Amino acid sequence: MIARHQTILFGVLLAASVAMGIVLWQLRERAHQRLLQGQDSAPTQAPEVAPSEQATLLVANDADNSLLSQVQTLPLPNDPGARARLILGKLMDLYAAPDAAHPVPGGSTSIAQVFLLPASNLDSSAPAPPFHTGPLGMPCRQPGQPSRPMDEKIPCAIEPRPGSLNSDTSGPQFAVVNLTAGFAANHPSGLEAETLTVLSICGTLHANLPRVTQVRFLVDGQPRPTLAGHADLTRTYLATDAVPTEGAHP
Amino acid sequence: MPVRHGIRRFPGTGKPTLIAVIAAAVSLAAAAQTPPVPTSPQPRFVVVLDAAHGGDDPGGKLDTEPEKAYTLALSVKLRSLLNARGIQVITTRESDTNVDGIRRAEIANHANAQACLSLHASQAGSGAHLFVSSLPPAQPTRFPAWKTGQSAFVTRSLAMAGIVNSALQHGGISVTLGRTAMPTVDSMTCPAIAIEIAPDRAAATKAGLDDPGYQARIAEAIAAAMLEWKTEAHQP
Repeated sequence: MIARHQTILFGVLLAASVAMGIVLWQLRERAHQRLLQGQDSAPTQAPEVAPSEQATLLVANDADNSLLSQVQTLPLPNDPGARARLILGKLMDLYAAPDAAHPVPGGSTSIAQVFLLPASNLDSSAPAPPFHTGPLGMPCRQPGQPSRPMDEKIPCAIEPRPGSLNSDTSGPQFAVVNLTAGFAANHPSGLEAETLTVLSICGTLHANLPRVTQVRFLVDGQPRPTLAGHADLTRTYLATDAVPTEGAHP
Repeated sequence: MPVRHGIRRFPGTGKPTLIAVIAAAVSLAAAAQTPPVPTSPQPRFVVVLDAAHGGDDPGGKLDTEPEKAYTLALSVKLRSLLNARGIQVITTRESDTNVDGIRRAEIANHANAQACLSLHASQAGSGAHLFVSSLPPAQPTRFPAWKTGQSAFVTRSLAMAGIVNSALQHGGISVTLGRTAMPTVDSMTCPAIAIEIAPDRAAATKAGLDDPGYQARIAEAIAAAMLEWKTEAHQP
């Protein structure tokens, strides 16, 4: 037979357990409500710290190996380096979209930094190019001009718009684009895919920052031979030097 | 009747004929003594096939095999087709081995080739992508810089790309053309192009990279282009 004092002790402990369970349940509900309230109060839109401006992006298309200009409206800071990073980040966001014509994973975080340095050794006395040229001196097609085999499909109208982003024309600049290692590791391997990525970055920089005439690439702050096995990342890409177009046949 | 020894006089002939015979004999003797004038032989036509990647470097990931295997198979097929057309071929690799970019360019440059084809494959895009070095054209020099050796050949590389483009399109393959910066091609001192094969995504002729018919069409078109390039290269 169970002693009376043991029965009373068991009843008290049972009551205490039930009471503690109820208290814990209520605390959990309160915490859940606090979490929901916190989510509701979180900002759903990025604060606009700068006025929106138009930026020209050169968007690559794998289907026809072309770069097409696309105007986007973005809030951009005053610092040219920060502007360049934001614009390139937007370009990478387009490539990371599910239906991208040039699919590259990574998004805006793929551009770690963009440094703008003065380019002192440019030859400003070089003769004018004999042909119309697009970014990087690649040939582009004029409206109404018959296509030639080696013509690129880069529109000639992507010349920097006056007053776009950086209207200071005190001298040429050298851009160093620092990519993340994850971006390079996940970039699709291929001559066309890698070349388009590099050219679209260079062309976009030059279209929005007219003073940028040379571009170099780093990956996590270090030089890297190629982007993903093909496109050379050790060379300095020229954004403005003209390459004379040649006929495809002799 | 007097008999003239040494030279038989043909009926109805006189002194002029005698002089002509003597002159002919002298010229024949002279011709027999002087060495024959060397005729310039047909210049040799060499094509370098560079199957990209290999060994530890698999290249891009294709649907069924790594890029290195695809480019090697295409190189072997092209070599057979070119040999059958009487074109000498030198390859940068014959098996799944490591060959770095410098060595590939060395092989091409030592071959003194008239055409250098760097073969690639990719899942991105459609058809064949032809790339020529983006180096600006320059005058040939006796000792070209290693990383810009291609600049003296860019004009001819563009011309060759045009011929390959025409041949591929004639074979029903869509082609895109462009300029790129590739260390191996930029170091080659020969007319050089990089050919990247992608799946044929055209609705009428849709074919994957592993389609034997598609591979054969591409190889035949490139071989035909090299034959035409050879003809043009031997024209004065």
